[in-house]
Amino acid sequence: MPNRHSPDVVIIGAGVVGAACAYYAARAGLSVTVVDRGPVAGGTTGAGEGNLLVSDKEAGPELDLALLSTRLWRELATELPPETEYEPKGGLVVAPDETTLKALRTFAEGQRAAGVDAREIAPDDLPALEPHLAAGFAGGFHYPQDAQVQPAQAAARLLHASGAATRLGEEVTALLTGPDGTVRGVRTTRGEIAARAVVNAAGTWGGRIAELAGVRLPVLPRRGFVLVTEPLPRLVRHKVYAADYIADVASDSAALQSSAVVEGTPGGPVLIGATRERVGFDRSLSTEALRRLAGQAAALFPVLGEVRALRTYHGFRPYLPDHLPAVGPDPRAPGLFHACGHEGAGIGLAPATGLLLADVLTGARPALDLAPFRPERFGDGTTSHAANGAGA
Amino acid sequence: MAPSSDPRPARTAAPAPGDGTGAVASAADLAVVGAGPAGLAAAVTAADLGLRVTLLDAGDRPGGQYYRHPAPELGAERPEALHHGWAAFASRARRLRDHERAGRIRHLAGHHVWTVVRKDEDAAGEWHLHALAGPEEQAVTVRARAVLLATGAYERQLPFPGWTLPGVVGAGGAQAMLKAGLVLPGRRVVVAGSGPLLLAVAGSLAAAGAAVPAVVEAASYTGYAGRLPALLRNPAKLAEGAVYGGALVRHGIRLLTRHAVVEAHGTDRVEAATVARLDRDWRPVPGTARRIPCDALAVGHGLVPQLELATGLGCATRTTADGTAALVLDEQQRTSVTGIWSAGETGGIGGAQLALAEGELAARSIAGRPLPAELVRRRSRLRAFADAMGAAHRPGTGWTGWLSDDTDVCRCEEVPAGLIREAVADLGATDARTVKLLTRAGMGWCQGRMCGQAVAALAGCAPGPDRRPLSCPVPLKVLAELPADGGTAP
Ligand SMILES: Cc1cc2nc3c(=O)[nH]c(=O)nc-3n(C[C@H](O)[C@H](O)[C@H](O)COP(=O)(O)OP(=O)(O)OC[C@H]3O[C@@H](n4cnc5c(N)ncnc54)[C@H](O)[C@@H]3O)c2cc1C
Ligand SMILES: Cc1cc2nc3c(=O)[nH]c(=O)nc-3n(C[C@H](O)[C@H](O)[C@H](O)COP(=O)(O)OP(=O)(O)OC[C@H]3O[C@@H](n4cnc5c(N)ncnc54)[C@H](O)[C@@H]3O)c2cc1C
Repeated sequence: MPNRHSPDVVIIGAGVVGAACAYYAARAGLSVTVVDRGPVAGGTTGAGEGNLLVSDKEAGPELDLALLSTRLWRELATELPPETEYEPKGGLVVAPDETTLKALRTFAEGQRAAGVDAREIAPDDLPALEPHLAAGFAGGFHYPQDAQVQPAQAAARLLHASGAATRLGEEVTALLTGPDGTVRGVRTTRGEIAARAVVNAAGTWGGRIAELAGVRLPVLPRRGFVLVTEPLPRLVRHKVYAADYIADVASDSAALQSSAVVEGTPGGPVLIGATRERVGFDRSLSTEALRRLAGQAAALFPVLGEVRALRTYHGFRPYLPDHLPAVGPDPRAPGLFHACGHEGAGIGLAPATGLLLADVLTGARPALDLAPFRPERFGDGTTSHAANGAGA
Repeated sequence: MAPSSDPRPARTAAPAPGDGTGAVASAADLAVVGAGPAGLAAAVTAADLGLRVTLLDAGDRPGGQYYRHPAPELGAERPEALHHGWAAFASRARRLRDHERAGRIRHLAGHHVWTVVRKDEDAAGEWHLHALAGPEEQAVTVRARAVLLATGAYERQLPFPGWTLPGVVGAGGAQAMLKAGLVLPGRRVVVAGSGPLLLAVAGSLAAAGAAVPAVVEAASYTGYAGRLPALLRNPAKLAEGAVYGGALVRHGIRLLTRHAVVEAHGTDRVEAATVARLDRDWRPVPGTARRIPCDALAVGHGLVPQLELATGLGCATRTTADGTAALVLDEQQRTSVTGIWSAGETGGIGGAQLALAEGELAARSIAGRPLPAELVRRRSRLRAFADAMGAAHRPGTGWTGWLSDDTDVCRCEEVPAGLIREAVADLGATDARTVKLLTRAGMGWCQGRMCGQAVAALAGCAPGPDRRPLSCPVPLKVLAELPADGGTAP
């Protein structure tokens, strides 16, 4: 039973999403404890890139979430220390040919209606934005709202700023329930923590937490590789990628797909990422993934062909069948709230997720309609695709 | 939006895979990575037993870290003067040349293997070893039905204030310089750290004409007392110890046990070292510091198995007596991954004699031959001895006490100890990986080979096994021109 030492909320997961939930819940006046079986950012957050993108998202609920996050990240940049490495550098999407350019135009049209700033760039003007870009592109779009953070720093600094109690190296093994079946805390490998509410921010492992409550949430892993080059002088100024990337995000194919996003980092290395494939939690190196990343990066920036990759890493994005996260209360398990399943956009979407969840926890009216993110939308049986039509 | 076009392929100048050293040759029976004592012994034994072997090594000549050669232009008369057991090497090097001539061994010197991957399409189980050849970094792929990883070890470095000054070198590095180039790191060299290698290094330096004011050893050799049985079963080791001990006495070298260099001084170059007494946990004892003038400092804390190719394949690891991670191997020298064997330092630091024995045993296992009982006994005797030494020289937890907050722990990225301590205390970094993500320690050129052990100690966790999916930097054009899955060149 909760006592006066019990926090209002226990958050499972010290990734960027859990950290953002802690930050906004604490700001809303709740007392918060964050539990993670590993260190801060030890899950997918420490294995991703820090792209905060609106450019790759089709008009729809995910884009709305991304736009809200864009605003929040800008605020956070002034509140968090500079180590977070927030950089509103903008994105540049290039089209290899006229057909792709036309498709990109239509795509951008829809985005503009939703509030995205998308500016078409004529082929002759591309070098002014990216001097080292290969010649021959049909054109492109500049997205000034695209930005970047260092993900592990973002999670660590958000968590630190929240003032939440953190319990690291402690795994949640069961959920505590009251006499009426409501969720009332967690049992961990080191004891019990009672609380009025439990937040599932366990990322790719969120489905297991749902199981502990006896409900279904089909979060699955989607592997991605990233290549990191040796430190370089500033060669790449924006987040640059070829237009077929946008198609990849919405793809339902299990096969390997890739379309490299190329970007410089403040430390000097260029990041090239990421591939997308569904192979479970397979940790073995895929030379095919590296081949594609390197080839695409060099196709965008020929100078990179001569550069060395110092390392590569991979992670497992948490994805749900309709490519939208689960955010909000679970009516099947009162007391349990979900904030997981952000796939390849969790760094970007974390602040909006945290803010919305804090609203729900305090009974305030959420800034966005949460219906598309309802955790129960997949039902309890076979996979059912949500009817909202969103994809990216 | 439908994927409407593929990005154009990169325009690069590298030769297509298949050029050069036979990327398209048929699969070897065995590929051996590393031509040190272990790999060399394995390759010649396997070829003796009729296997077709490809032997790859990043170095230009066989011998690994132990059997180093002076560059031919130096005209050294007797390289063997600096080695125990040169004959063991010379005979195997001869067999290697014979097998090469007979076409049973393909020796690819100057080939750095950056990853080993399994090709699943092949039902028989085939491995692809991707390597960079020579200074031009040509892409080479070797195919083999079995793989032996004999990638050896590198030196364990524990930083201290001033360790980045010119004139501060690795103890093994100093030994290697001496063997390969017959050059001394300085005229007055303090040798410090921990482990039996220090005695060998001091002896070699003194024999080559350097003054060695002291050997500063953090452990106490009485730590061996409890392990005497292991020592007694290893007469060769005892003799070796006597040789080293004798050399120290002959050259008037002082051995300071339970001491460490806690700071190096100098502006352009090291000029002196501060040495202090240590308590049982390697914490410097206040009030015991004193200065020793020197113009070079050779420091090493034993060796760390080089495991990235193995961990990349998913081979299981264990923590050994000396506190480093090594591969789990069965009595046949098999790793936990079917088709992958290992021998030498990768299975736990044990020295050149053990490496030779293990290499031979691994080759016999791969060829499906029984293991000679005498060789098996020899291996367990040497292993037991290595474990005893490892336990005695395992760094105590207190050594981080000599790191000031402004000491750079990661030299590549210039990350000071204070930043790491902050990440651990305030930001929830409870392991080396998270420290790296939050501070960049270990993200530079050496990929944490230099600072990994120190970062783990500061994070308060046991150092994990090497994890570097790319064993060395790889040009993007090499990656871009890998054969596409399915085996056809792009
Ligand atoms: C290669 C790659 C590139 C990416 N690039 C980007 C990008 O550019 N931009 C972007 O926005 N997103 C990107 N992503 C996606 C992003 O990394 C994820 O969406 C995001 O990190 C998810 O954060 P999270 O907090 O939900 O999950 P995680 O960071 O995985 O956190 C979940 C935590 O829960 C803990 N946990 C799980 N189960 C338990 C338990 N039972 N008890 C205790 N703790 C538990 C885990 O230890 C973990 O720390 C990328 C992902 C990958 C793999
Ligand atoms: C710097 C140093 C100095 C030493 N000095 C002494 C000494 O003075 N006295 C003493 O008794 N012992 C010394 N040792 C220890 C001794 O060298 C070892 O015990 C012995 O060499 C172990 O043999 P091995 O075959 O396991 O590994 P090694 O001799 O280390 O051989 C490993 C080989 O693998 C190669 N290799 C590694 N990775 C790759 C890759 N990815 N691709 C291609 N090739 C690769 C390396 O180039 C190397 O040739 C020293 C060790 C080091 C590191």
